[in-house]
Amino acid sequence: MTKLHFSRKQLCIPYALFLLLFVVIPMLMILFYAFTGEGADGSLTFTFSNFAKFFTSTAKLSTLLMSFTIAIISTAICLLIAYPLAYVLARSNWKKKNVLLMIFIMPMWINFVLRITALRELLDLIGLLGTQNYLNTIIGMVYDFLPFMILPLYTTLEKLDKSYLEAAADLGGNKFTVFTRVTFPLSMPGVISGITMVFMPSMTNYVVSDTLSNFNITILGKLIDEYFTTYDNWHMGSMISIILLVIIFLTLLATGGFKEDKNNARGANLW
Amino acid sequence: MVRKILSVALCVAVLLFIYSPILLLVVYSFTSANVIGKWEGFSFSLYGDLFRNAEIMQILLNTVVLALVAAALSTLLGTAGAIGIFYSKKRVAAPLRGISQIPVINAEIVTAISLALLFSMVAFYRTYFSLVIGHMVLCTPFVVLSVMPKLKQMDPNIYEAALDLGAGPTTALFKVVIPQIFSGITAGFMLSITLSLDDYIVTAFTKPKTFDTISTYVYNAVKNGTNSSTPALRALSALIFVVMIAAVLILNLRVRKHSAKESAK
Repeated sequence: MTKLHFSRKQLCIPYALFLLLFVVIPMLMILFYAFTGEGADGSLTFTFSNFAKFFTSTAKLSTLLMSFTIAIISTAICLLIAYPLAYVLARSNWKKKNVLLMIFIMPMWINFVLRITALRELLDLIGLLGTQNYLNTIIGMVYDFLPFMILPLYTTLEKLDKSYLEAAADLGGNKFTVFTRVTFPLSMPGVISGITMVFMPSMTNYVVSDTLSNFNITILGKLIDEYFTTYDNWHMGSMISIILLVIIFLTLLATGGFKEDKNNARGANLW
Repeated sequence: MVRKILSVALCVAVLLFIYSPILLLVVYSFTSANVIGKWEGFSFSLYGDLFRNAEIMQILLNTVVLALVAAALSTLLGTAGAIGIFYSKKRVAAPLRGISQIPVINAEIVTAISLALLFSMVAFYRTYFSLVIGHMVLCTPFVVLSVMPKLKQMDPNIYEAALDLGAGPTTALFKVVIPQIFSGITAGFMLSITLSLDDYIVTAFTKPKTFDTISTYVYNAVKNGTNSSTPALRALSALIFVVMIAAVLILNLRVRKHSAKESAK
């Protein structure tokens, strides 16, 4: 019996090694690079200078702020569109409502570079491309990440126990009160899950901003990319990554994202 | 009544938003014009150009083969990992689950540069090996996430019964455990394929210099301004949109029907 349990447990060894080699060690290397710099003789020395340089550079700070603003606006628009939509879909009496949901979250399965390029063609056709870089970037982020907001909201609203709503109505709540006092608070896990899935990619997915702003807008993810591919300063690139990780961590902490049901993560239950 | 009209209007507006760029590309894939907006008569010429373009055909093949390889390896590693984690003590399982979440939560650009750092410092930088590993880092945690709930739903007594009836642990694993979690394994595999096909950033940082997938090729075409001189890319996009929409609808409806049958039992 003991030997047997041992053999099943052993199945996690390859995965544990894989995680150590390709997740833990690479992340430690970012940390190492962020706090080192090349000396005059080319040797690596421990330094806080990348950190200091980031927070004293107006260009970098304004990129951070602008990126943050784009992400907040995109996330808010996604929420404003997705919540009523998910509500309507979840409450519809139609028998095949999962087919309907499928049509709305279809983009999740289609290559996003192709979708964003298609959107670029449309924006070009209506004259927005090349003139409205910020607007286009926000439209692109919403276009790309809307399904990731719709899915968790639909899932929570669908599972919501209708008897609570009936009880609230029986106890004299009007439709508005029932929504604000019962439905909305109960749907918070979906809201949080959606926000965490839209906010961070909107700060970092530079394919969207590059394609739709004709490479004129630099969001935080693009800045990291530039330090690796254009400026060849991997130390600064790593430092910006660490700052980004801190932002992700704080967002998760603020929204309670650590506690949420991880099965919602980027459509883990898609298939 | 007003509410119903508003609901329908909202649905229609969102559908228009989601599908108008896709529709635009599909429609304009049937004319030979270089630029969208100029209709030069109905023709299949772009599709002809597409299938005659050896470079794009190679890239299409690259993308599909990479997705299949990465998904197969991720499914194998992730399924074994999930089973191992599930039967391990909490002391081992908890940190593994936590670390497994890192690539899920992390920004893709951070995952990408972390792998670029590792491979450039050690070996295999910008090789097919680093590319496959990059995709596995993205996909395997999702396989674990897909398989884990099925393990939890499983009745542990069946496994014990198989042992009591004389099955060895390996036989019991393959004849009892695997069949019960199989829907989770296939879901993990399909999700891995989707994630791999969709990826740009990790691919860009781990791929060999001369190797391209659809994502990196199209992004570079936009970057270098060559996308309008290659209108065959429009046919490629249109084809992928239509094939993916059809595949997703068919597969999902079959899966839903199947699971509906199962739950009706």
